[in-house]
Amino acid sequence: MSEAFLSALRHTLPAEALVLDVERLRAFECDALSAYRALPLAVALPGSEEDVIAVLQLAHAHHIPVVARGAGTGLSGGATPTAGCLLLGMSRMRRLLYLDPLARYARVQPGVRNQAISEAAGPYGLYYAPDPSSQIACTIGGNVAENAGGIHCLKYGLTVHNLLGLRAVTMEGELLELGGTLDCNGYDLLALLTGSEGLLAVVTEVTVRLLPRPQLARVILASFAEVSQAADAVAQLVGSGATPAALEMMDGATVRAVEDFLHAGYPTDAAALLLCEADGTPEEVEADIVQMSRVLRAAGACELRVSGSEAERQQLWAGRKAAFPAAAKLAPDYYCMDGSIPRAAVGRVLAGIASLSTRYGLACINVFHAGDGNLHPLILFDANRAGELAKAEQFGTDIAALCVGEGGTITGEHGVGIEKLDGMCAQFNAAELGQFSAIKAAFDPQGLLNPGKLIPTLHRCAEYGRMHVHKGQLPHPELPRF
Amino acid sequence: MLTDLQAQLRQAHAMSLPVRIVGAGSKQGWHAPQQGEALHVGSHVGIIDYAPAERVISARAGTRLAEIQAVLASQGQMLAAEPPDFGGHATLGGALATGWSGPRRPWAGAMRDQLLGVEILNGQGELLRFGGRVMKNVAGFDLSRLMVGANGTLGLITEAHLKVLPLPEVETVRVFELPQADAIALANRLCAAPWPLSGAAWQGGLLRIRLSGNAAAVATAQQQLGGEPDVERNWFTRLQAMQLDSFAPPGAEQGLWRLSLPQTCPPLLADYPQLIDWAGGRRWLSAPLAAAQTISTSARSAGGHALLQRSQAGWPAAPRNPSLLALEARIRRALDPRQILNRRQGD
Repeated sequence: MSEAFLSALRHTLPAEALVLDVERLRAFECDALSAYRALPLAVALPGSEEDVIAVLQLAHAHHIPVVARGAGTGLSGGATPTAGCLLLGMSRMRRLLYLDPLARYARVQPGVRNQAISEAAGPYGLYYAPDPSSQIACTIGGNVAENAGGIHCLKYGLTVHNLLGLRAVTMEGELLELGGTLDCNGYDLLALLTGSEGLLAVVTEVTVRLLPRPQLARVILASFAEVSQAADAVAQLVGSGATPAALEMMDGATVRAVEDFLHAGYPTDAAALLLCEADGTPEEVEADIVQMSRVLRAAGACELRVSGSEAERQQLWAGRKAAFPAAAKLAPDYYCMDGSIPRAAVGRVLAGIASLSTRYGLACINVFHAGDGNLHPLILFDANRAGELAKAEQFGTDIAALCVGEGGTITGEHGVGIEKLDGMCAQFNAAELGQFSAIKAAFDPQGLLNPGKLIPTLHRCAEYGRMHVHKGQLPHPELPRF
Repeated sequence: MLTDLQAQLRQAHAMSLPVRIVGAGSKQGWHAPQQGEALHVGSHVGIIDYAPAERVISARAGTRLAEIQAVLASQGQMLAAEPPDFGGHATLGGALATGWSGPRRPWAGAMRDQLLGVEILNGQGELLRFGGRVMKNVAGFDLSRLMVGANGTLGLITEAHLKVLPLPEVETVRVFELPQADAIALANRLCAAPWPLSGAAWQGGLLRIRLSGNAAAVATAQQQLGGEPDVERNWFTRLQAMQLDSFAPPGAEQGLWRLSLPQTCPPLLADYPQLIDWAGGRRWLSAPLAAAQTISTSARSAGGHALLQRSQAGWPAAPRNPSLLALEARIRRALDPRQILNRRQGD
């Protein structure tokens, strides 16, 4: 069966677009959720939409499962191969097809890097707003599949808010042309495909909206003597008239780890820091900085620093961007969670995490997108100590339960993939999960495209996954994670 | 109320009887009539939760948009997509089902962009929740946003959670006397630069640019952009409410089309009277019904589409790609296996 498929595949794609030997296949056996690995049957590297259609039609005819992959930077195992699958690597489709500076959009192939779009748009004073921390490497096709976020989505939205059109191919090889204008005709399949984690179709072209680069951005660093004060400040900032371009929080343990790692000049005696950015016209920024400073002081900030230049702004952000590598120095292993909660619950959930930390005897540090209510607790442990891994896993499960209990969600931006299949059982009932399966079947009746991801089978609600980092060996250590 | 709706839907499903979802009926005359018994959602009302500091409001589907907007305004906030409230009658459920957004759409996002989560009854009467009250949520397929603009064919929205934004401190309108082509070009040039914009619409030789933001930013922009003050009061409010003359019911043999086009598309079918919104992205066009084919073809070849929105001749569907239509039919059956919800008359 697979021999016949491979033979037909050799006739469909040129030899340089195929990876068949085991040694080279190893490079594709996992994404950034590296605890989970499997060898694909083969890797196809299509160079065009026609290639994608031909390969999918062939795989469909031979009943071979297919997993699409961008840069492999995803944290939830969305691109982990299933055993015996064809892995569709989109890296060769990396051309920027068209950029219209007046109409403010770019048409790009799925393998184009997120940051490359803003680089191409830069000379026109434009940029692509969603900025996931892996943006120097991650591809726009993967961003669409995961509905990627980033630091600035508080003001500028997620991937789904910044797309204008998509071309995508179903498992049967049918081309879908979606969107294109600001108003859609028929169902909003562009929104449905965004964040569908490669289960519904393979994206072959993305039209992104470009925004004019704000004239000015300034950031405030605010330090607090109590975590609860910082958490309250977050809620008060969001409730005020100004919308921060970014609003990030670090607890004291993270601040000290960052200082040891980078010497960013952060106040190490603070229990928590907030980084609050304003952007826009100079008048808007000035007014926002005044208002935000007032709110921060009223919430009990003991010190405020405001960037006076672009260099100072970058310097204030540098520590935040180094938080994950710094955390990796604190313990042999850590788990990174990805819960999302109402902003008013930030203080409560952080207090809950602190008491869980005491109960489990494991440290947990927090550095996260506070303005969006998107937590990334890092549970520190040592996998070489008997029972500690299981304890850390249970700790993580309890944090996820805290988030769901506050009306939040098990994943704010990393996706479900294979990592959070069990969490899906906590968040959705059987009828809702059944509805996801029915949507999947409407696109892919045979269940061949990225099987085993996103939708848990109903009997599979036992274990809860996480990103596992051992001895500071981050998957893709060259990428910042924040 | 919810259990009544659920019981009615379960029964309709069991008997394969079509039902038509009715809110306040504010958009009668704006969409094709549907088959079956009416399922009245208009009394399933009430704001369930509103936390201004959270910038999230949750309300039942029958709640009037006008009520929601008034409550938000009292706290200095707004529904930034500016859905039309059709004289104060439109309901939240109807606004989401149709998915219409107002003049602020290119800058603040569409109705679907502001939706965080929904509770729905699907075509089998199952009560389901997708999304939630949080800003970021990527758990499962995005079935909440899929409901927006589906015209009730994928489920009955029973309640919704929406993101809201602060009202701008100041809003002002500048008017430029320009022919259509120049107006479209200027509006797009302004969009491509970091101005505090919240509206760009052209009608009758006048381009209106709406500026929103804090007082200093708007004053600076106004000074640099030039233009004249608007002598028409509340023009953008009437545009949002669809109360300008352009939206009046057309006479016999006439139609009102809604064109969705690339914003920079040069004047299209310029011989027919038009109201251009969204810096060129949406154009309302009045023309004889006999021109239907020409309008549809022109919009498609310009990279968009045209929908006949008001006429005495019904609501012919815009031509679509057959494989996309087949996929949509399968999606519809996934949520409503017997296709009982809001089936068009004649389907």
